[in-house]
Amino acid sequence: MEELLLSRIQFALNISFHILFPTITISLAWFLLFFKIKHNRTGDAYWMQAYQFWVKIFALSFALGVVSGVTMSFQFGTNWPGFMETVGNIAGPLLGYEVLTAFFLEATFLAIMLFGQKKVSNRMHTIATFLVAAGTTFSSFWILALDSWMQTPQGFEMIDGVAHPTSWFEIIFNPSFPYRMVHMLLASGLTASFVVAGISAYRILKGDQKLEPKRTLKVALLAAAMLIPLQVFVGDAHGLNTYQYQPAKVAAMEGLWESEAGADFRLFAIPDKETRSNHFEIKIPYATGLILNHNLTDEVKGLNEFENEPPMAAVFYSFRVMLMIGGLMLLFSWWFSWRLHRNGELKHWQLRALMAMTFSGWVATLAGWYVTEIGRQPWIVTDVLSVSDAVTTQPMANVGISLTLYALVYGGLLIAYFRTIFLLARKAAEAPESDMQNFGDDSFQPLREEAYHA
Amino acid sequence: MLSSDFLAVVFVILFAVSAIVYAILDGYDLGVGILMPVADKSSEKHRDNMIASIGPFWDANETWIVLTIGILLIAFPAAYNLLLGELYIPVALMLVGLIFRGISFDFRSKAALGQNKLFWDRLFKFGSILMAATQGYMLGAYIMGFEHSTMAYLFSAMTAIGVIGAYALVGSAWLILKTRTQLNQMAQQWARTAMLFCALGIVLVSMVSPLANELVADRWFGSSTFWWLMPFPLICAVLFYFLARHLLALKHDDSKSHSAPMFLVLGIFVVSFIGLAVSFFPYVIPGQLTIWETVASANSLTVTFIGAIIVLPLILGYTAYTYYVFRGKSTDLRYD
Repeated sequence: MEELLLSRIQFALNISFHILFPTITISLAWFLLFFKIKHNRTGDAYWMQAYQFWVKIFALSFALGVVSGVTMSFQFGTNWPGFMETVGNIAGPLLGYEVLTAFFLEATFLAIMLFGQKKVSNRMHTIATFLVAAGTTFSSFWILALDSWMQTPQGFEMIDGVAHPTSWFEIIFNPSFPYRMVHMLLASGLTASFVVAGISAYRILKGDQKLEPKRTLKVALLAAAMLIPLQVFVGDAHGLNTYQYQPAKVAAMEGLWESEAGADFRLFAIPDKETRSNHFEIKIPYATGLILNHNLTDEVKGLNEFENEPPMAAVFYSFRVMLMIGGLMLLFSWWFSWRLHRNGELKHWQLRALMAMTFSGWVATLAGWYVTEIGRQPWIVTDVLSVSDAVTTQPMANVGISLTLYALVYGGLLIAYFRTIFLLARKAAEAPESDMQNFGDDSFQPLREEAYHA
Repeated sequence: MLSSDFLAVVFVILFAVSAIVYAILDGYDLGVGILMPVADKSSEKHRDNMIASIGPFWDANETWIVLTIGILLIAFPAAYNLLLGELYIPVALMLVGLIFRGISFDFRSKAALGQNKLFWDRLFKFGSILMAATQGYMLGAYIMGFEHSTMAYLFSAMTAIGVIGAYALVGSAWLILKTRTQLNQMAQQWARTAMLFCALGIVLVSMVSPLANELVADRWFGSSTFWWLMPFPLICAVLFYFLARHLLALKHDDSKSHSAPMFLVLGIFVVSFIGLAVSFFPYVIPGQLTIWETVASANSLTVTFIGAIIVLPLILGYTAYTYYVFRGKSTDLRYD
């Protein structure tokens, strides 16, 4: 039992840390392609400066995503041997395709993006940027197909306790996959938009007079303003899909213990596992019933109706955190886009607000993943394999050691990541226009005596 | 759908190829990390040039370990679980090394803005050594059949040193290929030292493997296979001889080919690895699990196999392309 808890904490820690970085890079790669194409078309220097600045943050985020991702590919075996034993025939090929179609593509062409600008044609450099962006998106396709299959499995048969594939089409395009895929891509788009907007705002606040941060701020705000209504729509559709296939998860999200006809939406509540009821409820009458059933009379099932139930509080709170940040994103992106359009610039406090929102996408994305992953409990694969049957039999000391190591390392890395990004931004704000082309690396210094060309 | 027996062989070959490609490619950039002089700030210029030589390659190189472990996971899930269960702590330590190395590479180039470059370079070196040492330790533990005895631990400690030596050797051969002047001279010196450790490691593994495993002894000294296998150690010895001769000659004559050591080391790696693979085939876990006992479902493997034969040539193609783009002696690492 304790190994289970430690292994779960370790995996949660790893996957939470990991997802932060792909969430940025998946969309930041497309931002970079946009900057690159803009520069190709207009020849305006500030688009290239934007590329040069953001490609560094991309590279750093990418590296953190890679190392934490590799770690996970080992942890399936070290901590969850039952997972591969039972569903390896399905998870294996999906992970394999991710490595084959995405990882090599990203890693290889990232080198061209970073170091190849003077070694390949401009056209090839643009293509490399496109291939990296495509690679990050392919990667999300395969891993989300696998996660969605774990949520809503189909296209397989169980023989002697082991899952065997019967239809790969059904496995990949399982019922929750299209919704989760689009929902996650939009989450990535919003996260990257607010990162770009927040850091650009920070640079302007630091006195950066260059055109570049002004342009990237505008692009990012517009992107966020366009993506957020889509996200509201897709999120709702995803919720309805969950209501159909994983009603217990929805009951936990809605804070419903007992079934309710024309269920109310709980704006706030403190779910109590002991009494199986909520404290301090603030409700909007009928709202949940309307969203889920599109009428005022049908029943929404409560958690008490289900044999296997997820822990309600974690799911309930996470869901509200996600919604709240979504609301703030909607408010800020629309309002500030409009202000920017009207006045040509933002006020100090507005820039500050955007700066505070820089990593808001991380919080929303994590909260969303907690809803869907904790909401799947006690299963690792719904109705097929429980988390406790998948866990390792390692001695607890071993899991304790590895967990401590990872926690220390990841904590340190996160601090270094924040410091480095804001340091980069500060230096970019201070750098004169003429230095921007090769900004930010050893290339500040002249070639050294032992430096040479091929 | 292809037959399970056939797929087991195909995937064990893919696994072996991926593992040796990993050992060579990530081996040279781990080697560069192992060799980094980090005593004080004065060596910064050399460190910059060493990092520049692996900059465009290391990320893709590292991806081969994901493919290797991925193939094991896909094709032989029971072996994957068993191996990672036995090697829990060394794997965790290796991953910490991998994390340190991967991130310090990126942080160091940003650190030019601040003052922490030496710190990240030290972390880079530490991560590289930790990764090589844990991989060597795992190799030793594997050969000893995961036995928990003082002898087994001692042997694993020595294979750890052997693998550090092997990676340092391929790393210095890489530096001889990619750098010039003073650093190149240093790399030649490193190569001569690393060669001894690497050779000792290979001799040790060759001696202990048959002693620890009847299966291996039978494979190498059984009458049916002896004459087929003997060429491998001989080729390996000949390659070492040429490498030593070449490295000693380099000392006096800088105009000698700078690519020869890399190709000779490559040969040594491949021949040694084939020797190792032949020793244990068809076992995934020595004496316990054969590839046929643990192979995954034929449907899954067929699907993966089709993807692999379409995509792997593409991967090899664009990998070759980047080696072409970044050919010749390396220049300063510049993000432009």
